Amino acid sequence: MAQSQLAEQENGMRIQSIEALDALRQDILAHQDPKRPILIVCHGTGCLANGSPKVSDALRKAIAKAGFQAKVMPGIKTTGCHGFCSRGPLVIIKPAGLFYQQVKAGDAEEIVNTTLIKGDPVERLLYRDPNTKEPIPLEKEIPFYKHQQRVILRNIGKVDPTDIHDTIAAGGYQALAKTLTTFSPEEVISVVEKSGLRGRGGAGFPTGRKWRSAVAAKQKRGGPVYLVCNGDEGDPGAFMDRTIMEGDPHAVLEGMIIGAYALGCNQGFIYVRAEYPIAIKHLIIAMDQARAMGLLGQNILGTGFNFDIQINRGAGAFVCGESTALFTSIEGRAGEPRPKYVRSVEEGLWGKPTVLNNVETWANVPIIIEKGADWYNQIGVPNSTGTKVFSLVGKVNNVGLVEVPMGIPLGKIVEKIGGGVPGGEPFKAVQTGGPSGGCIPYALKEVAVDFDSLTKAGSMMGSGGMIVMDRRDCVVDVARYFLKFLEEESCGKCLPCRLGITRMREMLDTFSQGRGNKQDLDDLMGLAEAIQDGSLCALGGSAPNPVLTTVKYFKDEYLVHIEQQRCPAGVCKDLITYHIDSEKCTGCMVCARNCPQKCISGERKNPHQIEAETCIRCGICMDSCKFEAVQVS
Amino acid sequence: MLKFKINDQEVEALPEWTVLEAAREKGIHIPTLCYHEAVGPSGACRLCVVEVVEGNWSKVVISCMYPVKEGITVFTDSARVKNVRRWILEMLLAECPASKEIQTLAAEYGIKNSRFSIKNPEEQCMLCGLCVRVCREVVGVSAITTVGRGVHKVIGTPFRKPSEACVACGSCVTVCPTGAMQTRLDAVRGPVDAHKS
Amino acid sequence: MIKEHVDIDDIIERHPGKPESLIFLLQDIQAAYNYISPEAMTLVCDHIGVPLTQAYAVATFYQSFSLEPKGEHEIRVCLGTACHLKGAPRIVSELERRLGIKPGETTKDLKYSLDTVNCLGACALAPVSVVDNEYQPNTTTPKLVRLLDKMVSE
Repeated sequence: MAQSQLAEQENGMRIQSIEALDALRQDILAHQDPKRPILIVCHGTGCLANGSPKVSDALRKAIAKAGFQAKVMPGIKTTGCHGFCSRGPLVIIKPAGLFYQQVKAGDAEEIVNTTLIKGDPVERLLYRDPNTKEPIPLEKEIPFYKHQQRVILRNIGKVDPTDIHDTIAAGGYQALAKTLTTFSPEEVISVVEKSGLRGRGGAGFPTGRKWRSAVAAKQKRGGPVYLVCNGDEGDPGAFMDRTIMEGDPHAVLEGMIIGAYALGCNQGFIYVRAEYPIAIKHLIIAMDQARAMGLLGQNILGTGFNFDIQINRGAGAFVCGESTALFTSIEGRAGEPRPKYVRSVEEGLWGKPTVLNNVETWANVPIIIEKGADWYNQIGVPNSTGTKVFSLVGKVNNVGLVEVPMGIPLGKIVEKIGGGVPGGEPFKAVQTGGPSGGCIPYALKEVAVDFDSLTKAGSMMGSGGMIVMDRRDCVVDVARYFLKFLEEESCGKCLPCRLGITRMREMLDTFSQGRGNKQDLDDLMGLAEAIQDGSLCALGGSAPNPVLTTVKYFKDEYLVHIEQQRCPAGVCKDLITYHIDSEKCTGCMVCARNCPQKCISGERKNPHQIEAETCIRCGICMDSCKFEAVQVS
Repeated sequence: MLKFKINDQEVEALPEWTVLEAAREKGIHIPTLCYHEAVGPSGACRLCVVEVVEGNWSKVVISCMYPVKEGITVFTDSARVKNVRRWILEMLLAECPASKEIQTLAAEYGIKNSRFSIKNPEEQCMLCGLCVRVCREVVGVSAITTVGRGVHKVIGTPFRKPSEACVACGSCVTVCPTGAMQTRLDAVRGPVDAHKS
Repeated sequence: MIKEHVDIDDIIERHPGKPESLIFLLQDIQAAYNYISPEAMTLVCDHIGVPLTQAYAVATFYQSFSLEPKGEHEIRVCLGTACHLKGAPRIVSELERRLGIKPGETTKDLKYSLDTVNCLGACALAPVSVVDNEYQPNTTTPKLVRLLDKMVSE
């Protein structure tokens, strides 16, 4: 159906008016049978890597083989990420909403025969409560989903992101139609202001205020205003924006088109990380389809409004997530930031007034317009309204993407939605805000997850990465990791960042090698302050944060490294030894075979030993042991 | 004219001036390395930091690019400012240990030795980029550039070959604040006898 | 990976002769030839009217550009936070040892290139690596080594 309709559109069947868009939506819905079974196969990056294309192919074949009558032929739909990545590949069966996890191609025939024909669930594919082991058949009943509030992610996992009709049927571009028929540009800005929306990229600047400043700058200076979507999601452990661009690209486009109308802008840019090929592909498909239907480009919906978007692929530089570096990169140069004493809304891209918002911010705009500012600002807490998407990763049972109202306690996200740390012990810390953020200890698990509370705790909201650490993670090592990351990613323009981050990392090296002293720790704080005060951009300015928060909350652990030359978590290579627990060792010899030093000895079926003098502590033995017999002390 | 204060002095400035320009006009010393009147500012060395107090908040900014503003107070030597400069200079001592100019500047801040390890005892360049800017903005040939990123960054020519664009004018040597460019000139312009001029 | 031959002029004509086309052009050239040669870079500069220094600065600033041919097989190990916590640095050290190269380098026989990437955003698969554009979820050193051995025997 979609294909033929699309062909018609491309033959000049542009949507000429707002009424025609509504008619098209009604038409698509009228042709859908709500009772028809649809197998939704997750094609998010996680599931794809785990083999979901093979699953959808096998399901397609199994359906063909089963010989359904055309009238009741079940459909297959591939969608963006469902969020529950650690359980992939996922298959959801609509309309009931049956949830199958870790599905393999070999399961396809059984799913078709048992579920689609007989109407029974395939028991072994169901999610089970980790405590009671009882199966939970329906997606919406699974704790991971039950405690979420999916506003921005509402269509992801439901619509096929490569078919604009599917998005239109789900209500896509309704907010754009409403904007163009009922709002003046000024009114759009007022609604966004009143909603309380703050930028989701990290700093949390009020979006409406930013737009208003750009309009003022445009009036003052004349000439064009540009609009940019920042999809250069570089924070390690963060994949919210990737998921939105992959799974609901039209939400981003619609938000940008509405923004362009409000700002009187005709040209927009989406800057996407090179590491996100599927996001780029889906955005290009979405833009082509939107243009063909008259929703993007010249004379949008027959209203005379023109706006088009260009995609810029990043080329591998974390610093380009910084606004001025991103502009420099779009202009075709090495992405070095420039001082922001004159703000980007006045002098941004090519020196013109520019509004830059990140992917998730733009995706918030349509729902705000559709449901109104008052509906939106009831979600969350007064100074941080709406929901926020987080990627929950690290030492947590339910790794994946979650969306919650702002202001909920951190512990609830990790424990209720994330299912806590594997093994059931409490988490040690949660790292939020990426390399610019900090580590929040278990003692602060009641901290509200909103812009201001997280900043007060010494961390920050950042773009939404949430990395859970347990007692086997060392804070000195994690702080060192982020410095190493930034050392590699610093653009090198200003001295405090280029030289200072390396020197801080070297100081932490001495701690992790048991060579530091207490004076070094004090010196480290002085250098941190110099880097914060002296750096050109936010990359350098916030680089010391992971060190500062870990010293603040885990000073004892630093002192143990310094004074006792010991790493309590068993991570810092120079302070640990590996040994084999003779109780657990089965003598399978796998470790000995894999050891690059050949320093593991022992007879088959008898406990093995590691020769400490030759061991280089590479850890391969521990990674390869299936019986947890290799241990660290 | 705008009126504001630098330390305890009342200062006047034209609206398009930076804090550094206003300070120099008044004879107030602020150290710089990557600043030169002949080219646009870059904000790389950060030695010219000052603390600006406006109302009840303060921030550390670079004076070479911060525009003057009515009513602000600028401190050129506050504790925060000194902390930034001292750390930069101590790191520079280890970064370009062969530069007399850096040693002199560091000594002004009481720093004679650096706690940091020295990578290259011959190094003089601290990547302020003045040579690149003068070549592009004043000479107009763009014979040299920064190469690489971050800790791997160096000043050089494309593919490490003598530049065909170089006119051997020597402007880069003239503006270099540390003497580093003198030692690399041959690599940029190539052997003198082979040069077109 | 062996690429089909693409005419450089065809690539250059894809993008308008404006300075802001620089990164687009270098990306297309990198994709077609696996590296950017001095000749290709000069053609780009002539087309868009920027000095060679600017193209060289860009090509050496961004991680995805290479001035030397990459190996037949490209191995990229993710060093995002989740992968770091789950042992990715150990995988990189072992690959360095086995291949005798550092990240960013290519073996002398042009067989393998080793790179690290700062988060692929596939944290549920941690530690994750990408071998010849194929994701390897829950990578372990033994698993990768088996994969390398398989490539050699092929």
